[in-house]
Amino acid sequence: MNSAVQIVDFSRSYGSVPAVKTLTLNVREGELFGLIGPDGAGKTTVLRALCGLIGRDSGTMSVFGIDPVREPRKLRESIGYMPQRFSLYPDLTVAENLRFFADLYLVSATERRQREERLMQFSRLAPFRDRRASDLSGGMKQKLALSCTLIHTPKLLILDEPTTGVDPVSRREFWAILKELAADGITLIVSTPYMDEALLCHRIALMNKGSALAVGTTSEITTLYPYTLVEAIADDLQKLRRLLVTHGLALNHLHRFGSKLHVSCSNSEEVKLVTSKVSQYGGSARVTEPSIEDTFVALLDNQKTVNPTQP
Amino acid sequence: MSRHPGLNYVIDPDLAVLSQSLTRRFGKFTAVDDLNLEVKRREIFGFLGANGAGKTTAIRMFCGLLKPSSGEAWVDGLPISTDAEAIKRRIGYMSQRFSLYDDLLIEENTNFFGGIYGLSKREIEASKAETFSRLGLDHLKRTLTRELPLGYKQRLALACAMLHHPRLLFLDEPTGGVDPVARREFWDIIYETAEAGATIFVTTHYMDEAEYCSRISIMKEGKIIALGAPAELKRLHNANSMEELFLDLVGEKARGSR
Repeated sequence: MNSAVQIVDFSRSYGSVPAVKTLTLNVREGELFGLIGPDGAGKTTVLRALCGLIGRDSGTMSVFGIDPVREPRKLRESIGYMPQRFSLYPDLTVAENLRFFADLYLVSATERRQREERLMQFSRLAPFRDRRASDLSGGMKQKLALSCTLIHTPKLLILDEPTTGVDPVSRREFWAILKELAADGITLIVSTPYMDEALLCHRIALMNKGSALAVGTTSEITTLYPYTLVEAIADDLQKLRRLLVTHGLALNHLHRFGSKLHVSCSNSEEVKLVTSKVSQYGGSARVTEPSIEDTFVALLDNQKTVNPTQP
Repeated sequence: MSRHPGLNYVIDPDLAVLSQSLTRRFGKFTAVDDLNLEVKRREIFGFLGANGAGKTTAIRMFCGLLKPSSGEAWVDGLPISTDAEAIKRRIGYMSQRFSLYDDLLIEENTNFFGGIYGLSKREIEASKAETFSRLGLDHLKRTLTRELPLGYKQRLALACAMLHHPRLLFLDEPTGGVDPVARREFWDIIYETAEAGATIFVTTHYMDEAEYCSRISIMKEGKIIALGAPAELKRLHNANSMEELFLDLVGEKARGSR
């Protein structure tokens, strides 16, 4: 498969603060690629550099063979970029916003009408065609912003945290749309702080503090989890957690995942200890496969141990 | 039981929030529609719902920032329609878009917010010492706020909201965007705060966090469509997870059945 995006040793600082440190990434054509990580991981900096909006301190970057810094104009027609705060015109209706962006990208009237129909359909915004953007819900605004980004049919779509602050239902709808786009052959790079969205990507880069902790498919990345994971269920997980601490388990190996407690066990004795203590407590425990979030938490913890000066 | 002057109504002192037929309209649009709710003291209450369901409007009313169109709510025993100012002094409020001053040191921010709440210098110092050590901010006192990682900014925002020892804390999407470790650390602090006697009223889009609440409500189109303990609601609606429950009640399926 051809590469759509190649990033080699990319670094970028803002003043004395490094935002991205020697990042190397490859995104293949037709791939749905996720940059997964919390605020301050450097996701936005990578995406803005790919669009040619900011320069690089060092390293190289190519998008469909074009250097975004040297030839930003050449790149513009092949990419669509949806920043975190996309500027919709609140006073314009859904249809008028789409028309405005079509004009900006010099889309002809005939083409525009065809695409408008398609975008309205797949974003399920058709019933709201004449509603002003200011009166749309958060999830609907994001879908309209996405539609505006797609009006010139880009080959590569770059989305910066499109689902942050969006409720679980709208989030799911939005990802269903991204999946359809990927199936149509569009390459997508999506950043998100939601670990569960990693599962919806073909491949991901797990990012933290300007570096990629891991790059690959989710199943490749979860193999990096360095412990055996025991999942425990009990009535009062807070109490169970405290109990396990008194039996020598480290607090940073005991993480709540919704209604379950995830225990990172270093060896088989610890697995036995945890299992017996949980059942004595009246709960149940079993060994299970780690998720991306388990892996991220563990890798983050190791990074903290390696560099303890970081708060 | 306390009886409020002018109101023929007895408020259960065990209730931190009581909402009766609370309604707020904006023009023709009804953002909050006949909301009925009881939140007990020391509860961690999760206030969930889709974007645009009316959560923020309801919270703004509870905090005394917005008057209801009809109905009434009592916060810490006080009616929101007449006692908004007193309510503001008794509650703490922290939103995802918290307003910390980036150019101030951490302790300058707390001094500033303490001043706003009308605390004396001595009260601020005492409260600061206690809050900082509990929230793990002690070693960062002299740090410039802008240099803090987001997770610590959130702790600072919480510290600022708690300086005046409110008995009720409103947290509006407090953990948006932070890493999973910082998110859990923040929830540990929420637990400790509730155990120390405060009531927590929290909104979130993370469904695993909904599980950490003692009770939750789910709002849709201005109305509460589910209310109860997470485990109880999952059982009642035959859902394996909060995510599934939320999707079932608020998502496509629910829409189709209407």
